[in-house]
Amino acid sequence: MHDKNLREVAEHLDSRSISSEELTRLFLQRIDTHDAALNSMITVCAESAIQQAQVADKAIAEAGGTLSVNKPLLGVPIVHKDIFCTKGVKTSCGSRMLDNFVSPYDATVVEKLADAGTVMLGKANMDEFAMGSSNENSYFGAVGNPWDQNRVPGGSSGGSAAAVAARFCPAATGTDTGGSIRQPAAFCGLTGIKPTYGRISRYGMIAFASSLDQAGPMARSAEDCAIMLESMAGFDPRDSTSVDRPVENYRQQLVDAEQPNALQGLRIGLPEEYFAEGLDPAIATAVESAVKELEALGAVVKSVSLPNQHLCVPAYYVVAPAECSSNLSRFDGVRFGHRCESPVDLEDLYKRSRGEGFGREVKRRILIGTYALSAGYYDAYYLKAQKVRQLISDDFQQAFSEVDVIAGPATPTTAFEKNSKTDDPVSMYLNDLYTISANLAGLPSISLPCALADGLPVGLQLTANYFDESRLLKTAHSFQLQTDWHTQCPPDYV
Amino acid sequence: MSLTPEEVEKIAHLARLGVDDAELAEYAGELSKVLGLVELMNAAETEGIEPMAHPGHASNRLRDDLVTESDKRELLQQAAPAVEKGLFLVPKVIE
Repeated sequence: MHDKNLREVAEHLDSRSISSEELTRLFLQRIDTHDAALNSMITVCAESAIQQAQVADKAIAEAGGTLSVNKPLLGVPIVHKDIFCTKGVKTSCGSRMLDNFVSPYDATVVEKLADAGTVMLGKANMDEFAMGSSNENSYFGAVGNPWDQNRVPGGSSGGSAAAVAARFCPAATGTDTGGSIRQPAAFCGLTGIKPTYGRISRYGMIAFASSLDQAGPMARSAEDCAIMLESMAGFDPRDSTSVDRPVENYRQQLVDAEQPNALQGLRIGLPEEYFAEGLDPAIATAVESAVKELEALGAVVKSVSLPNQHLCVPAYYVVAPAECSSNLSRFDGVRFGHRCESPVDLEDLYKRSRGEGFGREVKRRILIGTYALSAGYYDAYYLKAQKVRQLISDDFQQAFSEVDVIAGPATPTTAFEKNSKTDDPVSMYLNDLYTISANLAGLPSISLPCALADGLPVGLQLTANYFDESRLLKTAHSFQLQTDWHTQCPPDYV
Repeated sequence: MSLTPEEVEKIAHLARLGVDDAELAEYAGELSKVLGLVELMNAAETEGIEPMAHPGHASNRLRDDLVTESDKRELLQQAAPAVEKGLFLVPKVIE
């Protein structure tokens, strides 16, 4: 049963061939058996999960099923990234700063998924404050990649990715500021979507870079992501940048994908800048053959150009640290979070609490951001980066005047070995070279598995115009109906 | 642009971030590398380009000035390191 995807689990719950409690106990057992080695979870909520499952079972019995009452997530066990506030449960954000923090409220995403009937198994490990591409920046230790324990699962949603890939749960939540859903999805062989900026509420999602942060689902198929996204998305007055626009019935949009020539007329653009220096040839080959598969389904493929692609990483490493330095100023040792012992004065309290509470990568980014925003440097760094951000966004709009979807690799390599990039922040940052632009522009983007190279998953990334999540999900679903990369399981977790 | 350990110390002070003296030189080296990466954007021609602060140039939505939250002081202060009579405690700031 643990190898069933979310849709299959939902069907079993609907027909009552398994109860939510049985399913919950089974997944808790798997976590108990395997997670000591993997370290994908920061907190496991065994007791409350079983209670939630019992409530779900009662609701399923009363309703006579789940699917007939349009509650496909009723009784489904999931995991939340530990960046989402969960009432009464430790919410650490992967940091010593919040090791002692029990949230007094639920994030909107948590609330919506609870209303949909999901069972929360626990909170997933992550790079501290979502800053990282390897999950090695967590105060709670590095996470293993289920495909190879010596390799990283990606980051920052590395715990969520490892948990789904290891079959600890059929789906998990993640967040994506520069690729933190798509890169770990690619490294762990999952499907993960970062929706349009503003599609999912950021309320109760601990802020890293507020103009880039967006939540999304990580699961084993596009169809499963569609089910999750439908429950997660929607307007929220508590998030001032939430977009007031009805949520589409994403699952309904997938029905067309089952037709032959499902992608008839879809225009796919391949940016020439993506297939250049830095891309592992095995990934280039895998992506090219995945694109051929899409072509066989009726899509038309053409070359496009994103001339400012090489400026994405530089601009991002001004915008994201600048916003992070501002957002993380709230951690002052006064109202919540870590406080140092015996401060001599207020300045000592601030400095030591923050110095002890934050890890090295977070400190680096606070320092870069503070520098970029400081008097005399603001125009040269922050303002310049915002202008470059506009150029990057304009490039996409130019491309979308010719194509519907932009395809390319999600990552330049497959999952790398632990400790291989920790000494060099710049080489770590360059990992996100293909994912960052969608955050800068605010566009929806999905990663889905399209090959195995030397036994490690390869991610295909598809990006579309604003609020075109349906098109991404449908394209990915059409691909997954013809291929079986998304059903591959890491051999140790079968 | 490369940063000196003294400059890192100054930036860390602006951010009220404690950094060990022994680590200032390491940070200076790492941050200088990152700034080297960042400065690649200087080659871009951005004359007349409107700076983009948010996707779609979104602006904050305003709401009516009404009370929407009830008093949850006790609940919210449960997470505080030190409180007394409903107030957050900090070291004395005025002699």
